[in-house]
Amino acid sequence: MKFTGTDSYVASDDLRVAVNAAIALQRPLLIKGEPGTGKTVLAHEVARAIGAPLIEWHIKSTTKAQQGLYEYDAVSRLRDSQLGDERVKDIKHYIKRGKLWDAFTAAERPVLLIDEIDKADIEFPNDLLLELDRMEFYVYETQEVIKAEQRPVVMITSNNEKELPDAFLRRCFFHYIRFPDREIMTQIVDVHFPELQRNLLREALNIFYDIREVPGLKKKPSTSELLDWLKLLMVEDMSPDALRSKDSKQLIPPLHGALLKNEQDVHLFERLAFMARREQRQ
Amino acid sequence: MFVNFFLELRQAKVPVSIKEYLALMEAMDKHVADYSVDNFYYLSRSVLVKDERNLDKFDRVFGHVFKGLEALPPEGATAEIPEEWLRKLAEKLLTDEEKAQIEAMGGWEKLMETLKKRLEEQQKRHQGGSKWIGTAGTSPFGAYGFNPEGVRIGQDKNREGRAVKVWDKREYKNLDDTVEIGTRNIKLALRRLRKFAREGAEVELDMPDTIRSTARNAGYLDIKMIPERRNKVKLLLLFDIGGSMDAHIRVCEELFSAARSEFKHLEFFYFHNCLYEKLWKDNRRRHVDTFSTAELLHTYPPDYKVIFVGDASMSPYEIAYPGGSVEHWNEEAGQVWIQRVADTYRSVVWLNPVPERHWSYTPSIQLLQQLSSNRMFPLTLGGLDSAMKELNK
Repeated sequence: MKFTGTDSYVASDDLRVAVNAAIALQRPLLIKGEPGTGKTVLAHEVARAIGAPLIEWHIKSTTKAQQGLYEYDAVSRLRDSQLGDERVKDIKHYIKRGKLWDAFTAAERPVLLIDEIDKADIEFPNDLLLELDRMEFYVYETQEVIKAEQRPVVMITSNNEKELPDAFLRRCFFHYIRFPDREIMTQIVDVHFPELQRNLLREALNIFYDIREVPGLKKKPSTSELLDWLKLLMVEDMSPDALRSKDSKQLIPPLHGALLKNEQDVHLFERLAFMARREQRQ
Repeated sequence: MFVNFFLELRQAKVPVSIKEYLALMEAMDKHVADYSVDNFYYLSRSVLVKDERNLDKFDRVFGHVFKGLEALPPEGATAEIPEEWLRKLAEKLLTDEEKAQIEAMGGWEKLMETLKKRLEEQQKRHQGGSKWIGTAGTSPFGAYGFNPEGVRIGQDKNREGRAVKVWDKREYKNLDDTVEIGTRNIKLALRRLRKFAREGAEVELDMPDTIRSTARNAGYLDIKMIPERRNKVKLLLLFDIGGSMDAHIRVCEELFSAARSEFKHLEFFYFHNCLYEKLWKDNRRRHVDTFSTAELLHTYPPDYKVIFVGDASMSPYEIAYPGGSVEHWNEEAGQVWIQRVADTYRSVVWLNPVPERHWSYTPSIQLLQQLSSNRMFPLTLGGLDSAMKELNK
């Protein structure tokens, strides 16, 4: 099992090594990076590349670690007991499996994605230490131990909203997805839109990296936004000249809504573009 | 060799433990790195570094251990060389003969030594020639010149592919700690300051109580609800505004907006330079709408946590003497008021946007630091973190 990138995902060398190390050593891989650089997509692509089923666990601010293991549905058991249901005699009927349980007992070695772990409470990662380390947990209600037959490939993504505890980090491998440079970006776009015109792509990338350079933007556009924008440009059948036309009345690139997601950013960009044009004229 | 690497990482304050070291050994054993230096670099980075802020330190240690450099270049060495000197202006073409001459200059150690000396002597940008640091010369220091044993500074392409070490190729430079902070990061730091309590409307199912009362109810469902868990911390923010604080307005704005969205019980007031008998909430009406500090002490109960935000840079008279204020005649000295706040509230910290290394040069900062019993922290992420820890005690 070696991950080398897929036909729809361009993985840099360092990312490949990190993923392969995590697979070979059966440790969780923690992925961080700017939003929109393909952290979540990576897990999907790894699962596809090594032909493993993908189990996704999306974390919210209210998610508790226990929910990933199992939940005991006491209320429905109480209800069943009042209705005189036979099922009530076996507590097993009221234990709901969580994503980790699913991953541990899957027939094939799965890829488990724990998405946006930083969204949960600060204590969340600490509650999963033992489970991720030994890949087993204890079910109190039925007094059984659930142990992973094959350790799943665990991918964890984080947007850095919270710092993760050291003890948790020790158990993970770590990779920081850097923002791709122009060369890699061209490869990425190629993978997604193979039929895109060369010169349109060149003009679009020029504009894209120019926008990223603008100081003081609240949200810099990222890879996923570039791809959206390119898709729009293709749908609208925009010509490369339209992107290049510097003398038109339009100050900001066409369909900028895909790149700039904040009205302050749009204003800022317009102002800078206006000033740049005035300088050119003088 | 690897043990050495491990120890050096620890020395450079990259938090690595035995566990990670063993994981690296295990990975080597399983041939994850394929005997290539690049892959080994990527592998060890992913195994040993767990935070992007440490990537820069890691790169430096890695370069040092595996490329045979003598020492970590000191933190400031790159920063102290003005870019101006190194701007691309011209390039000198050297003959093979000249190249051979330069080869002979000496080892790395000597190079470093000379660089240090040269940096002390040199005051201006310099170009060409073979001694001063600048561009396109044959001196071992600077960029765009030729010296096979040279140190490359401020050059973004690997031109000759020869220099011993490229200082500026540290791609993770701007992710290092202590950099300025954005609201998101501030919120993160502020989240340390949480104390949960259940108050208000009952919206959540209280499982243990439901089971207990259902059992007591002879098996008939008796559902019990409890209020949601909420952050109960109360915060009093006192901002120094105007004058010398104008330079720090951005970071204060960020802190303010982050704190506002993070805490439900947040009160804020402004003061100028030092705390006196009056505070205000609206800077445009500061002379009309004031709030007496004595009333503040009575209005907000002692369980409020107080954060002063200010550069504490003023004349010591403004703190120590009655009438020292630059704006009005104050009956009581600023330090009396600050002491009163410290006496009333158990948790008080002072956040100072002035970099910590400059504190010792300003007497008023030292004075206020004493007054706040050393609970003054720099307004950086690290400082904010320690301040929140202090408030939580």
